[in-house]
Amino acid sequence: MGRIIRGTVIVAGEGQGQLLVSAEPLSFWGGYDYHTGEIIDRRHPLSGQIAAGRVLAIPFTRGSSTTTAVLLEAVRAGTAPAAILTTGPDHFFALASIVADEMYGQPIPLVALSEVDFATLRTEQPVEVKTDGTIVIAEGDQI
Amino acid sequence: MNLTHRDQALYRGDDGPAAKMAMSIIVRMAEVAGVDQLMDITAAHIDSTLYMGDATLEFAERLAGWGAKVVVPTTLNVSGVDEQHWADWPVPPEWAEKARRQMVAYHSMGCTPTWTCAPYQTDLRPHFGQQIAWGESNAIAFANSVIGARTERYPDLMDICAAITGRVPATGLHLTENRAGQILLNLRDIPLALQQDDAFYPVLGHLIGQLAGDDIPVVDGLQVMPEEDQLKALGAASASSGAVALFHLVGITPEAPTLAAAFQNQLPQQIIDITLADLRRARRQLTTATGEKLDMVVLGSPHFSPAEFKQLAPLVAGRQRHPNVQFLITSSRAMAALADKAGYLEPLRQFGAKLTVDTCILTTPMLPDTIKVLMTNSAKYAYYSPGMLKTQVVFGSLADCVQSAVEGHVVRDESLWAE
Repeated sequence: MGRIIRGTVIVAGEGQGQLLVSAEPLSFWGGYDYHTGEIIDRRHPLSGQIAAGRVLAIPFTRGSSTTTAVLLEAVRAGTAPAAILTTGPDHFFALASIVADEMYGQPIPLVALSEVDFATLRTEQPVEVKTDGTIVIAEGDQI
Repeated sequence: MNLTHRDQALYRGDDGPAAKMAMSIIVRMAEVAGVDQLMDITAAHIDSTLYMGDATLEFAERLAGWGAKVVVPTTLNVSGVDEQHWADWPVPPEWAEKARRQMVAYHSMGCTPTWTCAPYQTDLRPHFGQQIAWGESNAIAFANSVIGARTERYPDLMDICAAITGRVPATGLHLTENRAGQILLNLRDIPLALQQDDAFYPVLGHLIGQLAGDDIPVVDGLQVMPEEDQLKALGAASASSGAVALFHLVGITPEAPTLAAAFQNQLPQQIIDITLADLRRARRQLTTATGEKLDMVVLGSPHFSPAEFKQLAPLVAGRQRHPNVQFLITSSRAMAALADKAGYLEPLRQFGAKLTVDTCILTTPMLPDTIKVLMTNSAKYAYYSPGMLKTQVVFGSLADCVQSAVEGHVVRDESLWAE
């Protein structure tokens, strides 16, 4: 049993994986390689990290309206994050997740956290995202 | 959710599976936005035309295969392939074929095949106050800011759902109260000669995007009336470095006749001064290359307009590019045809320039690996090229770009930017 935080469900689903956290917003167009799941925006702090299968935590998307198409490609290619945590309802992530559900029956779980809770997240922590927006964080001394 | 009888019929599937899926996506997005009303739009611009891979193609062909038809006049953004010239470049034939299938799918839905990221410069330009559903970040910024039409920042794949249903969630920039300025950017002691220079606008836009994020910026202190293509460059830059969907320029853009009007008589949340030093820093950020080596000059993001071809033609007339530097302009087939008719393309051909239509260097894999350093007057190309194309980039004015292509290495006139 780990630490529990609760967020607002944007698109319901279950997912688990290691956290990948940044306070910097990201454009997936020009920022995410759906062939590999690598973050390729060389100006972004997560540049070079693989987000596939991990729980990605960034506050919101930035820039291009093509972010949604790239994320849909990632779902189809099996390189999408296992879940995405934001600080508010991000409409680009929401649209990609909803279309992934309509097209492939595979929504990306999306939960919006308070800025205070978001700030407690640390890269590498194993987390579980539940359908009701509960996030269970396994912290080192509690495993 | 307050759905009309018509909305409910689409949602149930009375008009077939395409309209059913499109309405389901619109309704679910309204729920995410926390609104219970939909509203009509009377035009759309589809950014989903960009071929990304098998998923975007499957989405388009599923809708088209179900017989989807748009119910409002709808323009199409750039495609993934230049049907006229792709074989001149190392575009993989499989890519060209799939990108062409995606073009066929969207065209079959009854959209107008404009294939441009500057739909506001076509005959289907929206009008002030018109409610529209547009994708493509630069087009959204231009429509909202320069024309005063009203669109949210629609993501790819939602734009076509709005065009098929004619409906969008009644929220965001569709509503007057959400169009007020939020932060005030005061231009301080910016020389008039710089304000009259083309390169000023993409640099200012790049800085505005960084300062505003997704807030609505109001810029005060411009002493000149910018040309339409300068405002286009400013908007594209601010929608690349930030998420600017609407900006106001006091005394220039239609919803900002006065400072008070731009803020709808409210107070700015934040006031920031912009100095020449800030602009110099922003200009430096748009260049990643460190030497003078140059492989290609590329112009036309957003797509080159007839007015821009007209401006470029005399700069290249009677000259030749250096054999080691390629010179590429990206535009749409319709704008290129207009420019050709007006005689602006012939001097470009003599100069040794090439033309790519209906797509751009970021959306079709056309550049050979030998192109390692690009030079451009577009902040959008400068912003995205290093990450997406793994090239280095130099930002310069239109005249700098031409001069560099002639001399075969990077040359920039620094006089307007000097300390």
